[in-house]
Amino acid sequence: MNNNLAPCTIFSRVACSLRRVAYYLFSFAFILSPLMCFAQSISSTELINNAKEYDGKTVVYEGEVIGDIMVRGDYAWINVNDNQNAIGIWTDKDLTKYILYTGSHKFKGDWIEVTGVFHRACLEHGGDLDMHAQAVRKVRQGRQIIEKLNMSKRNLAFVLLGVLCLVWILKQLKLK
Amino acid sequence: MVLKPRLEDIKIIGYYLGKIILGLALAMLIPIIIGLAFGEVNPILDFLIGIEIALIFGLILIKLCFTEKDLNWMQGMIVVSLAWLAAMLLGATPLYLSGHWKSYLDACFDAMSGFATTGLVLVQDLDHLSYTHNLWRHLIMFIGGQGIVIVALSFFVRGASGALKMYVGEARDEKVLPNVIHTSRFIWLVSIAYLILGTLALGTVGVLNGMKPINAFFHGACVFMAAFDTGGFAPQSQNILYYHSLAFEIITIIIMILGAINFKMHYHLWMGNRREIFKNIETKTLFITVMITFCITAFGLTQIGSYPKAIVLFRKGFYQLISGHTGTGFMTIYARQFINEWNQLALVGVICAMGFGGAVCSTTGAIKMLRIGIIFKALKQDLKRIIMPERAIVVQKFHHIKEIFVEDRQARSALLITLAYLVLYGLGAIIGMLFGYPFINSLFESTSAAANVGLSCGITDVNMPATLKLTYIFQMWAGRLEFMSVFTLIGFFVAVIKGKR
Repeated sequence: MNNNLAPCTIFSRVACSLRRVAYYLFSFAFILSPLMCFAQSISSTELINNAKEYDGKTVVYEGEVIGDIMVRGDYAWINVNDNQNAIGIWTDKDLTKYILYTGSHKFKGDWIEVTGVFHRACLEHGGDLDMHAQAVRKVRQGRQIIEKLNMSKRNLAFVLLGVLCLVWILKQLKLK
Repeated sequence: MVLKPRLEDIKIIGYYLGKIILGLALAMLIPIIIGLAFGEVNPILDFLIGIEIALIFGLILIKLCFTEKDLNWMQGMIVVSLAWLAAMLLGATPLYLSGHWKSYLDACFDAMSGFATTGLVLVQDLDHLSYTHNLWRHLIMFIGGQGIVIVALSFFVRGASGALKMYVGEARDEKVLPNVIHTSRFIWLVSIAYLILGTLALGTVGVLNGMKPINAFFHGACVFMAAFDTGGFAPQSQNILYYHSLAFEIITIIIMILGAINFKMHYHLWMGNRREIFKNIETKTLFITVMITFCITAFGLTQIGSYPKAIVLFRKGFYQLISGHTGTGFMTIYARQFINEWNQLALVGVICAMGFGGAVCSTTGAIKMLRIGIIFKALKQDLKRIIMPERAIVVQKFHHIKEIFVEDRQARSALLITLAYLVLYGLGAIIGMLFGYPFINSLFESTSAAANVGLSCGITDVNMPATLKLTYIFQMWAGRLEFMSVFTLIGFFVAVIKGKR
């Protein structure tokens, strides 16, 4: 049956399929354009220095979760540091439940990738420069930092203690 | 003719300097207690080394310079200025050993910034700093805010008449009580009472905001010390922005204002004399200058529409302004936002606020309200003299605890110190411009350093030139001591070189 089709019909069908593919591609690009523009993660310095450009746009930002996860009702504040600056992320409380480690002296926090809307001066949060997260993905799990005794510091402390004792004895002798 | 200082002068200076260094060594025990509580081994070692170095220097000075003589004015001033330099050098040791400062100069910069209650920072990776070091950063603000010498006066010096000379040398020209040692102890009593209340308030808000209780109260204590002593350090790299909390910001505003008030005023408030706050020239001048500078800043910010809602203008515009005016330096915006998102008019408002400062005999730096009030009253008196008939006797008075007549001597003194501050602000700005920074940025950062504020527009950075770091260290030191001790020290060195026997 198909063999009986006229060449013009085949061409029109192919053209129709191509148009459909082009339409879907265009729609996909249009819907995801904000994401696609900044699909690669943007540094905090870039966001802070060009805050007006990124204001209200969906961006991808990644870094280490530091300090406390501050739960406020159904939402939570997390602060994410990309080794340049830390930026506050306003997120659904449920999105934070996979965060196990937050950065401090004894812990390396989880490294996460946040997709969300960037605000230069968020009107909802008193003008804070922040991001409202739409998606949070854990890139690397944090860990506990095992502190080892620094031997050179220990030795220096002992040497100085000796010197201090010597000075103290000399001072006492002088007084006597 | 300049006389060369005698060996006796140097011995007296060395002896008292040694005593103050011993006091500093004892202060380093507090972070060790915190380190033990949190099980931080290497930070404890950093402080043990710091204490040992300080004790060795202190004991050697006391041994070599032992004397029973009391200080004279010149010696007292020199002890104070050298004590601040020694505190910077020795206080920086544990900071540098932590590895969070790129060089010893950077650690010295932060130590001077802390002791002088400025708040400019060069620390790296602050978010991973230990509790031990973080407490020390804030404790040095608490010690510096009350006065390094005040610590020694309160706990180590008994009945020495030389105490007054050191007290005055530390830019405290008013006594709350007749005896300076009692005054020092009163200052500590007020500060510790507020420390307990402030820590409880900030810690409770922290817990309600979702912080872990241990972190909330640790941050509460640190932020209180930085706010009441108008310092500006904070435990996290985002400063006050870390907390994302209006309540936290309001409490810090109250503490900053309390820190900017004269301790004499605190005394009267404690004694129930609440009317003093409405009559005193300093509080009136503070209210007026805050209003004027806020109007300028708000007008500037409204022009460019940076913060369209009133609450946003309050939390960003007013907060940075009051933080600058009280000399604190807490920030709820990023340093670069000042330059990228504020116009020059708004920046001028903040620069003026930083330049004015708080009350005398408080923990703030800068020109201060009493001097501005006196200059304004003297100007008013002169204008009246011009307008009124020649035979008319023109008197002008102001209320500062009691009614005081404006005298030429007071006006001259206030003008001289004001002029010295303006020169210091300008000097730092010129040096900043020599390194290629724009005028407004340089003036902003220079005023912030010299007025011991700590707001930054981004110049203060680990990569800034070493000369600029040294310039800001000098500005913080001279600004905190209000010049007299620094001028005396310079004069002393000139006398050592050029003086005749």
